[in-house]
Amino acid sequence: MKVLVAVKRVIDYNVKVRVKADNSDVDLANVKMALNPFCEIAIEEAVRLKEAGVADEVVVVSIGSKSCEEQIRTALALGADRGIRVDTEDAPDSLSVAKLLAKVVEKEAPGMVILGKQAIDSDNNQTGQMLAALLDRPQGTFASKVAVDGDKVQVTREIDGGLQTVELQMPAIVTTDLRLNEPRYASLPNIMKAKRKPLDLLTPDELGVAVSSNLTLLSVEPPAERQAGIKVSSVDELVEKLRNEAKVI
Amino acid sequence: MTILVIAEHDNNELKPVTLNTLSAAQAIGGDIHLLVAGSGCQSVADAAAQIPAVAQVLVADNDAYEHQLAENVSKLVQGLAASYSHILGASTTTAKNVLPRVAALLDVNQLSDVMAIESADTFKRPIYAGNAIATVKSADAIKVMTVRGTAFDPVEGAGGSAEVVNLSDVCDAGTSRFVNEEIAESERPELTAASIVISGGRGMGNGENFELLNKVADKLGAAVGASRAAVDAGFVPNDMQVGQTGKMVAPDLYIAVGISGAIQHLAGMKDSKIIVAINKDEEAPIFQVADYGLVADLFEAVPELEGKL
Ligand SMILES: Cc1cc2nc3c(=O)[nH]c(=O)nc-3n(C[C@H](O)[C@H](O)[C@H](O)COP(=O)(O)OP(=O)(O)OC[C@H]3O[C@@H](n4cnc5c(N)ncnc54)[C@H](O)[C@@H]3O)c2cc1C
Repeated sequence: MKVLVAVKRVIDYNVKVRVKADNSDVDLANVKMALNPFCEIAIEEAVRLKEAGVADEVVVVSIGSKSCEEQIRTALALGADRGIRVDTEDAPDSLSVAKLLAKVVEKEAPGMVILGKQAIDSDNNQTGQMLAALLDRPQGTFASKVAVDGDKVQVTREIDGGLQTVELQMPAIVTTDLRLNEPRYASLPNIMKAKRKPLDLLTPDELGVAVSSNLTLLSVEPPAERQAGIKVSSVDELVEKLRNEAKVI
Repeated sequence: MTILVIAEHDNNELKPVTLNTLSAAQAIGGDIHLLVAGSGCQSVADAAAQIPAVAQVLVADNDAYEHQLAENVSKLVQGLAASYSHILGASTTTAKNVLPRVAALLDVNQLSDVMAIESADTFKRPIYAGNAIATVKSADAIKVMTVRGTAFDPVEGAGGSAEVVNLSDVCDAGTSRFVNEEIAESERPELTAASIVISGGRGMGNGENFELLNKVADKLGAAVGASRAAVDAGFVPNDMQVGQTGKMVAPDLYIAVGISGAIQHLAGMKDSKIIVAINKDEEAPIFQVADYGLVADLFEAVPELEGKL
């Protein structure tokens, strides 16, 4: 079985983003970028499926400008076999990304597609579900366990009330949650090897997708700042403040 | 303009967050229809019909919808969509699973976790773990969105008598099957609806020590939450995670115990009215958002707090 993993280049999760002074967008100039953490988990899961003999090839795809090849190389260093970049401007909307991915899936015919449940920049949590819809395939979102059994896969999902397990007919789309696995670090030899792994370039034209959007970003503002509070010196003082000042208990 | 809201329920009870979603629909304006898709869900439909803000309740009661599998429910909603200008659901794991699928079937985008309605086509939503708020205008023919419950006051739940329409369409994709569920049973209020939340982090040390927080919670009628670190370490289950990629809460009082205050955690709780932090490290970033900070060892401070309530 071939596994396709879709990954996104995003701001590093340790960086607190700033809004531009003219409120047109966030400021990403000279900000550290990285592989979206949920996509790292997706790569790890695919590589583990390969190590377990369930998958025989792991293909990684990212959609964006040349700069996201850095993240494809990271995925290759983590164990993916080859990469594909679909060349677009930096941030197409989720629907466009899903349409491009659907075409890549048609070309590659994987048994499973794994994506992160959400990208930590746009916080959308949509692309996997949209891809599944466009392909008319089942989805196992927010996965904390993936168990392949013949032509079916059981996915345990993190839901608001606890955990839910569903069984999906493959090909299936899986999106990762935090507890699915703990991603490994890339070793230096693997980083070197990754440089020689194949990385193909596709264009939306070749895939027959017109990238456009009905969404317009009108403005971006910083959130309301909280006033810094006070330090209390004892539990007694805390209880007194909560009762008489804040009146919340 | 007519708006379709997807009811949040477990086949027995209509979940209160539905009332918050309806409030967002009211802010958009127009007639509101509420879809109850489930199996053996008559009691939910009855409760839905009582909501004065709802003009019509659509009931799809069939085995295919028992577990609200996205493959089936998305097709049901797709079939209904042509009559609506907007389709709304709550930012719960159920609607987050289904609605993007609906959007793609309709060839439109989805707006996730909407926190303010500016007009019928312009909305505010948080991005980058809530460190920026985007105002987005949609030109899509049908606006599909999930709504952050805590950002909208609930509408009245009783006193109405909406028309109830039973749908006979059955959409069963046949590609997915429910296997089982492990649902946490708790007497305490639901995390996203509680007016007081007390959460523990890595500083709790282990799962047993969460009993210290449970005791405080029982005295205050609070819900108990956790940081990702506490969930990852196996102290508590995943449904307790508060944050960017967990649950968003905005109670009157949030007490963070042994939590450092990473941006991903803050994203899920910084809209709380009053924030208390108990942490032994006075430099912990959580103190920058806390109204009342107590620099102390939690193993002394929390039992003392419990004793004094
Ligand atoms: C993609 C991604 C998504 C994430 N999503 C979330 C999310 O949704 N929610 C979330 O919470 N995190 C999330 N995180 C993780 C986040 O970055 C932090 O790692 C996490 O919040 C830290 O949890 P913590 O504060 O409990 O642990 P730590 O940062 O280790 O802090 C523990 C704190 O406990 C204090 N402490 C220790 N012992 C005591 C004691 N005896 N008495 C008092 N204080 C004590 C310490 O001083 C310290 O401040 C995410 C991270 C990533 C990469």
